[in-house]
Amino acid sequence: MRAFSYECASSIETAAKAAASTDGAKFIAGGTNLLDLMKLEIETPTHLIDVNGLGLDRIEPTPEGGLRIGALVRNTDLAADERIRRDYGLLSRALLAGASGQLRNRATTAGNLLQRTRCPYFYDTNQPCNKRQPGSGCAAIAGFSRQLGVVGVSDACIATHPGDMAVAMRALDAVIETIRADGTTRSIPIADFHRLPGKTPDIEHVLERGELITAVVLPKPMGGKHIYRKVRDRASYAFALVSVGAIVQPDGTGRIAVGGIAPKPWRDEAAEKELPRGAKAASTRLLADARPTEQNAFKITLVERMLSAVLAEARG
Amino acid sequence: MQSPGALEISRRDLLVASAATVTVAGAPSLAHSQTNTPEASTGTNVSFTVNGERLELELDNRTTLLDALREHLYLTGTKKGCDHGQCGACTVLVDGRRINACLTLAVMHEGGSITTIEGLGQPGNLHPMQAAFVEHDGFQCGYCTPGQICSSVAMLEEISANIPSHVTDDLMAPAEITAAEIRERMSGNICRCGAYSNIVEAITEVAGRKT
Amino acid sequence: MRFDTPATTNPIDQLKIVGQPIHRIDGPLKTAGKAVYAYEWHDPNTPYAYGYIVGSAIAKGRIRSIDVTAAKNAPGVLAVVTTDGVGELKKGKYNTAKLFGGTEVQHYHQAIAVVAAETFEEARAAASLVKVHYAEEKGVFDLAAARDTAVKPDDGEPDSAAGDFNAAFETAPVKLDQTYTTPDQSHAMMEPHASIAAWSGDELTVWTSSQMIDWWRTDLATTLGIDKEKVHIMSPFIGGGFGVKLFLRADAVLAALAAREAKRPVKVALPRPFLMNNTTHRPATIQRIRIGAGRHGRITAIAHESWSGDLPGGGPEVAVQQTRLLYAGENRMTAMRLATLDLPEGNAMRAPGEAPGMMALEIAIDEMAERLGLDPVEFRTINDTQVDPEKPERPFSHRDLVGCLRTGAQRFGWKDRSKRPGSRRDGDWLVGMGVGSAFRNNLVVPSGARVRLDRGGVVTVETDMTDIGTGSYTIIAQTAAEMLGVPVDKVAVSLGDSRFPVSSGSGGQFGGNSSTAGVYAACVKLREAVAQKLGFNNADDVIFADGEVRSGDRRITLAEAAGDEGLVAEDRIEFGKLTETHQQSTFGAHFVEVGVDVATGETRLRRMLAVCAAGRILNPITARSQVIGAMTMGVGAALSEDLVVDKARGFFVNHDLAAYEVPVHADIPHQEVIFLDETDPMSSPMKAKGIAELGLCGVAAAVANAIYNATGVRVRDYPITLDKLINGLPELS
Repeated sequence: MRAFSYECASSIETAAKAAASTDGAKFIAGGTNLLDLMKLEIETPTHLIDVNGLGLDRIEPTPEGGLRIGALVRNTDLAADERIRRDYGLLSRALLAGASGQLRNRATTAGNLLQRTRCPYFYDTNQPCNKRQPGSGCAAIAGFSRQLGVVGVSDACIATHPGDMAVAMRALDAVIETIRADGTTRSIPIADFHRLPGKTPDIEHVLERGELITAVVLPKPMGGKHIYRKVRDRASYAFALVSVGAIVQPDGTGRIAVGGIAPKPWRDEAAEKELPRGAKAASTRLLADARPTEQNAFKITLVERMLSAVLAEARG
Repeated sequence: MQSPGALEISRRDLLVASAATVTVAGAPSLAHSQTNTPEASTGTNVSFTVNGERLELELDNRTTLLDALREHLYLTGTKKGCDHGQCGACTVLVDGRRINACLTLAVMHEGGSITTIEGLGQPGNLHPMQAAFVEHDGFQCGYCTPGQICSSVAMLEEISANIPSHVTDDLMAPAEITAAEIRERMSGNICRCGAYSNIVEAITEVAGRKT
Repeated sequence: MRFDTPATTNPIDQLKIVGQPIHRIDGPLKTAGKAVYAYEWHDPNTPYAYGYIVGSAIAKGRIRSIDVTAAKNAPGVLAVVTTDGVGELKKGKYNTAKLFGGTEVQHYHQAIAVVAAETFEEARAAASLVKVHYAEEKGVFDLAAARDTAVKPDDGEPDSAAGDFNAAFETAPVKLDQTYTTPDQSHAMMEPHASIAAWSGDELTVWTSSQMIDWWRTDLATTLGIDKEKVHIMSPFIGGGFGVKLFLRADAVLAALAAREAKRPVKVALPRPFLMNNTTHRPATIQRIRIGAGRHGRITAIAHESWSGDLPGGGPEVAVQQTRLLYAGENRMTAMRLATLDLPEGNAMRAPGEAPGMMALEIAIDEMAERLGLDPVEFRTINDTQVDPEKPERPFSHRDLVGCLRTGAQRFGWKDRSKRPGSRRDGDWLVGMGVGSAFRNNLVVPSGARVRLDRGGVVTVETDMTDIGTGSYTIIAQTAAEMLGVPVDKVAVSLGDSRFPVSSGSGGQFGGNSSTAGVYAACVKLREAVAQKLGFNNADDVIFADGEVRSGDRRITLAEAAGDEGLVAEDRIEFGKLTETHQQSTFGAHFVEVGVDVATGETRLRRMLAVCAAGRILNPITARSQVIGAMTMGVGAALSEDLVVDKARGFFVNHDLAAYEVPVHADIPHQEVIFLDETDPMSSPMKAKGIAELGLCGVAAAVANAIYNATGVRVRDYPITLDKLINGLPELS
């Protein structure tokens, strides 16, 4: 870990401004992924701006009937919130499927959206990785790729977004609110927040330098059955091989977002139209552009079977 | 009753531990930032409470809470198993909640209140959870044990606070203490010796006494 | 004391303390965080420096140059030691790859430099500034591809044969010929390797985490080129080992070198992401098993061949070992072949040989039982043997495999197992049961101890034996207490110090029986010394009980007997020919029930039972913990553990505890263990045998067999992950 200077931000505006004007600055909130990566010198900030004191830790109703979740609401608190449990069960379930009790107590809503891939080659600085070191190549495509992406990937990178929460947020059409260095704010639909790798897998989201996530807004409750199904090798404390977040309405229509298969939570509204025709139709559409490796081709079958189980559970 | 077997070791350790509580551990050679802001220091003064004692430390910003406890305060009951949030051996309670001490910086805990395994109980005066681990042989090598115990104490509080888990059937029903719940909620604490079955029994016994 | 005739009645047989469920005497220290592990030794007057190791970024090649300028100039740095700087170091007897030294890179993450600095943070940051230029060379990393290049190893017994396997197999009415694979596995103990080294003149003190004190002492002296007498090793608490701390590792060597250069004590721990390629692992195997049997189920021919790989100078994974002894059959052969691989060093991990060997053999037995239309418990029972099948004149010292199988079947409800695979359903779960025999040889190793009796009547045992979680502290205290007639809390046990008599150490499940036998020997000597001092003529008539020594109507307290100057005795147990005249092994049976998710193929354990026949159980609490821990490790081996080789780049890719998945709490159900009540007088005066590794052998195969019973999908390549099942699962509606 390289040496860095440290400050506790006193206001949202000054935090964003300081981050934009200081070379090598990064925000730190929970720190559960950032410090992990700093120890390995995958992240090398020279200045850390601690945003934990900014008071962005409340969950409040919106005039539209939804909820505004402060960027610093911890995963545990978000999952345990009465309103989330009642109206957005998918989100609660996704959060609880992730990491461990200890990590969920620290990890924040905004940080969770920004967590980086768990590709083992990204994590080993001796290995080529276009995401970590642009232009160095990708060792994963011809290497150990069982855990990695099958869709939305590129010749430069097949890493996945490893999170659970974002999958639920995607199904819920959450909107990310930010403040920029110049003090202006904006709202980014989660569909537009994460970027596909293309030729620049090092660029993972649309945030500008210094731009700080302040909240994530959920639309008004949409009813339906909320199911989050996560499949992994061991029963807990592991990243997903595949996860399926679903909201299924009594008429068989619904929303499906899938984790563990792509560089971002994977959702395709056209595939959702196929849902009433069954899991096979929907998953075929969802994965129409899939380019699996030999090692992760099983994820195609797994998605279809999970979807089938999720739809059966929704019916039951 | 403590065995005299390990007394030689424990006596030495206790002496060290008591000396440490008055130590203001400095970072011997705090480097200064080489960024373009020359006043930016790479060290920070921080003050927090550990096991009820208020401490002031001058630390390298890079020092994790785990290393502050182990290397500066000599509270080595909190273990470093992986240093990357993958094992849970470093679990401590910060402001009442269990966290991985390896994945947080000490300087981020200004004014915080930290409880480590040493703050729960000592040989001769064990916390009920510590005693239950001895009774049920909920450990073997002992290296994950302080983390398991801190985690289990906080975990029961989380159930009391009605925080749900991955295996909770009904999100709207009160959280229950079952073997399945304990197993899921303790899964962030790896025990390679494989004492899980015994650990669950130890926790179940303590939980039963509480309710 | 020489043990070369079967044990007769001795004071241990009283079983007032030995054999009793006594809680670990180190329990309060461990649960209170007061047990001090290697990296944690602290002396307020000693300013430790921190060392951080730099590992090779390539798998094979040469180092062209190392530039340490930036590292040396970094804040807080006291010393940078590179392979350039120290020249060629000798290699310890037990190491295959060099721990440090030379320009040749033998494997990924081999240590090539160490930085010592004032603080941990400074050392870590400076280590990343060491710039290394390599000349990379092509290596061989793929066992399957290298299989045909494998040769017969020079050492050990690579081949064995009895009768005429080929002819018998050819004519057998029922046959099986299958190939199985087991992956490389990592010990993944919770405490990373760590050492603190301090020089005082030419004398070196090292606090470390070692299973074998004397091996470390010897090999550290060899590596550094110093006199063994100048090296002092201490390792009183060890945060798990499972074999990876049997042999000297880089942390001790580099701490010593850095401390010499920095002129300060230096502490070094191996970072977790570095550890799995830097140290040793259980090597992968390819195993071919052929079994021929008559229609009634009697095995007539059995062959087991195994291929594994290692660095030059290394050895094979002895995966065929158990097949020479476990089942009857007149015609048999085993063979091991070794390929040269440029992966990190393969070496012992818990039950080396039998653990991966039983993973294959016990599936093969299940498959064969199915072909014969026999219940797998019955098939194993039919083929029990009470003699070494290769040398029928050589009996087992004691063998009750059949008792384990029958007891287990009855207690587990084996009769409810569905005979047709894939036919039992519980909601979304396909449910199945599986069984595997457990087998591990019993090794005995010479072991010494010193016993002191002081004027307070306190008995102190000193031995360099280690407690890696096995319970050594407790069973040694029990042994001394039983021998000298005092309660356990009057016994102090000091372990893991090279100033103490050399013991068996901890490994190969030999430590519990061997080290307590060594303590027994020393206690016999102390009893004689007490009797002699008190003028009791015949030590055999003397009774040690209730803190007193009694002979006839004389009774004297031990405290008085010790007197002001106290008494001390030292002895060592040595083992004679009983291991040659009799085959000593330990036995068991594992029963498991699994559920496999019908949609996803996720396997979850529902019930587990182990029944063990392993001689006298010295402490049912600590022995049971060894077995449940081994069962847990077996679940990992069955379902998730796989140190994945990047076959182009030559390293284990998933080298941390997030990517190498060992079982967590949620994977493990309540576990039951039954010990058959038995003694083995051929093993030692303790009449005990090993238990710690037995508990692992056969578990993974029992899980594999249960998965087959649940799904009808037979997987022969471990681990049995869902991707290997999913195409064989039922169609979903």
